[in-house]
Amino acid sequence: MEYFLQQLINGLTLGSIYGLIAIGYTMVYGIIGMINFAHGDIFMIGAFVSLAMFLVLTAVLGFAFLPVVLLIVVIVAMLFTSAWGWTVERIAYRPLRGSFRLAPLITAIGMSIVLQNFVQITQGARVKPLPPQIQGGITLMQGSTEAGTIVVQLSYMQIIIILTTVVLMAIFTLLIARTPLGRAQRACEQDRKMAALLGVNVDRTISLTFVMGAALAAVAGLMFLLLYGVIDFYIGFLAGIKAFTAAVLGGIGSLPGAMLGGLLIGLIEVFWSGYFTVEYKDVAAFSILAIVLIFLPSGLLGKPEVEKV
Amino acid sequence: MASTRTDAPASDGKPAAEMPAQAAQGRLAASLKDAAVAAFLAGVLGFFFIGLRTDIEPGGLEITMRWTAWVVSILIVFGGRLALNLFVFRAQRPATGIVGAGLSGMGEALPGLGKWLMRGLFVFALVLPFFFMAAFPGKDRQFIDLAILILTYVMLGWGLNIVVGLAGLLDLGYVAFYAVGAYSFALLSQYFGFGFWMALPLAGILAAFWGIILGFPVLRLRGDYLAIVTLAFGEIIRVVLLNWYEFTGGPDGISGIPRPTFFGLEFSRGDDGFAAFFGLDYSPIHRFVYLYYIILALALITNVVTIRLRKLPIGRAWEALREDEIACRSLGINTRNTKLTAFSIGAMFGGFAGSFFATRQGFISPESFTFLESAIILAIVVLGGLGSQIGVVIAAIVTIGGIEMLRNLGFLTQIFGPGFDPVQYRMLIFGLAMVFIMVWKPRGLVSTREPSAVLKEKKRIGADMVAQGEGH
Repeated sequence: MEYFLQQLINGLTLGSIYGLIAIGYTMVYGIIGMINFAHGDIFMIGAFVSLAMFLVLTAVLGFAFLPVVLLIVVIVAMLFTSAWGWTVERIAYRPLRGSFRLAPLITAIGMSIVLQNFVQITQGARVKPLPPQIQGGITLMQGSTEAGTIVVQLSYMQIIIILTTVVLMAIFTLLIARTPLGRAQRACEQDRKMAALLGVNVDRTISLTFVMGAALAAVAGLMFLLLYGVIDFYIGFLAGIKAFTAAVLGGIGSLPGAMLGGLLIGLIEVFWSGYFTVEYKDVAAFSILAIVLIFLPSGLLGKPEVEKV
Repeated sequence: MASTRTDAPASDGKPAAEMPAQAAQGRLAASLKDAAVAAFLAGVLGFFFIGLRTDIEPGGLEITMRWTAWVVSILIVFGGRLALNLFVFRAQRPATGIVGAGLSGMGEALPGLGKWLMRGLFVFALVLPFFFMAAFPGKDRQFIDLAILILTYVMLGWGLNIVVGLAGLLDLGYVAFYAVGAYSFALLSQYFGFGFWMALPLAGILAAFWGIILGFPVLRLRGDYLAIVTLAFGEIIRVVLLNWYEFTGGPDGISGIPRPTFFGLEFSRGDDGFAAFFGLDYSPIHRFVYLYYIILALALITNVVTIRLRKLPIGRAWEALREDEIACRSLGINTRNTKLTAFSIGAMFGGFAGSFFATRQGFISPESFTFLESAIILAIVVLGGLGSQIGVVIAAIVTIGGIEMLRNLGFLTQIFGPGFDPVQYRMLIFGLAMVFIMVWKPRGLVSTREPSAVLKEKKRIGADMVAQGEGH
């Protein structure tokens, strides 16, 4: 029971990170109908920007008060990663808008290769370990088994991650539902040509969608860095595929669906490694992707796609 | 950067004949401004990556500043963007346009020229090893090895072309079948002592079988979803190969895979070897030449089978499926079987190629079958122009030749100093080239297409008329 509860907490934490990345996939897919294959690498870029900014603040400028440092890091990471997201869209996707469907997928794969290798060249291929910054936590339960005592702990780190995710989700849901930008996005999602005729600046809306997705991915990158303490240039690939799985599981195009899918994928991964084998945890995630797509192609909260002739 | 193409017509639209000097001046000013924006953006993007660097030091992570590199990168972007603006985007006659026109002109002339080009290429491929041995006595082994590598990718490209180019099913996990072929041969030889020629058909059959197994569940999926599921399958196979230590050797791989024999003759120095049997002096080059002809034959078989299949009902069904699945179904074509045959035949050729790869290397491990391989093969097919056989050849030569060329850029260390390692820029340049070629020619280098069914006369289908790869 205690073990189960601990795994549940860990799964929710991991799931929050996947959910934040998944929102980027789901928004882009909803609006232009393409898989932004480089989004996982945008997440990786966010993690690296966070690391560098964190070191600049603590090691070079000598700030010591952690909450302020983290606040500055998160803002800077969101800004700079957004610039990356915007540039990727501008270089690789916008010239191909209206082209046939395979073309942007190929440039997305190319962009993914470019980003990974760019970071590998400029920052080196070795992993970057960061010692844990936020320690301690709340002990929820204590139980004893024959193997010893098991403590169910909710660490401060996990609280911060889950709270931040909830707050960001609320902000973005409001943004989509209430602001003119959100309205433009929903209009483009339904019918891009009609939206353009009615005076919506489609290019700008799509760019802003990429910027928003990248900003959320940057937050996810910072969380990943703080939670695991180790990053390298390759983390984006697996995290990206899992987040995409989450987006599909929740129903692509749906914001709450992405979050729900992220949480489910996080839970499945953690429970799989907790009760079965750690080696095959990626196989579990991939199998779920395949199973969901085959039996539930519109996802849990998605609208079924009607095929028009 | 934001205003590249949108305001280009505004400056170009002025009557250039009346005030050419003013127009040119305006163009220069706009180009300069645009380049400055691009440079600013490069500075922002590069700040945390080029300007700063984190490294592991004994006391934890250290951060170092590299302002020179940062400034240089900004200047390079500024200069590059300015040059692009002046000579491509805003120029009266863009440089890329001229090259592009040449290429498409070549495409128009291809019906007459193409036949001779292909025959020429075929004859050239036949005599290539001897040409290398005669022309580059010292480096022949290296060149033949490169030719073998390129031909392997040509074969993989042709195999994937059946799935993506003809049937229009986007497969991002093609490397899985390559891996199945390679591992089938390696395991058959390890556990049952099979030789290359005995294992080759079995490897192809096994890969085709896997193609059906993986193809069956994804039949209902379309387009991007299909791509992601096939990618997931590719990764699953790799992870299983990596973790099933007792059977596949895990990350250590399998070594000591037997070399192919020539009707039972081994390419060894001994008395019963190939050289001794034919009374030749022993030379290790014989084995390379032999490998070259094996892969050439395998690739040509793939090509001939594909061309013949296109003329059969099944091939026409593939192409119909690619154009419109609903129309296909309403005309009574069994889409399930059509997709499955495309998947399994494509997979079979992947399996043959994998088997050849295993025998060429003598050692395989899951490292060789990553997603990047799938991406390279798919890039070859798409850059070549979907469905075009000759396009695959051109793209494979450009891509693989290009990647290997970048290995040999040793002279650049003399320019940039000894700390400069060109090999690590290989994949970066490859990725950039993939993006830019795609943006420049989204339908690939050879974008026109031969019709498979004709009434009276054969007309080529222009690039703008084909709705290929819609992913239905």
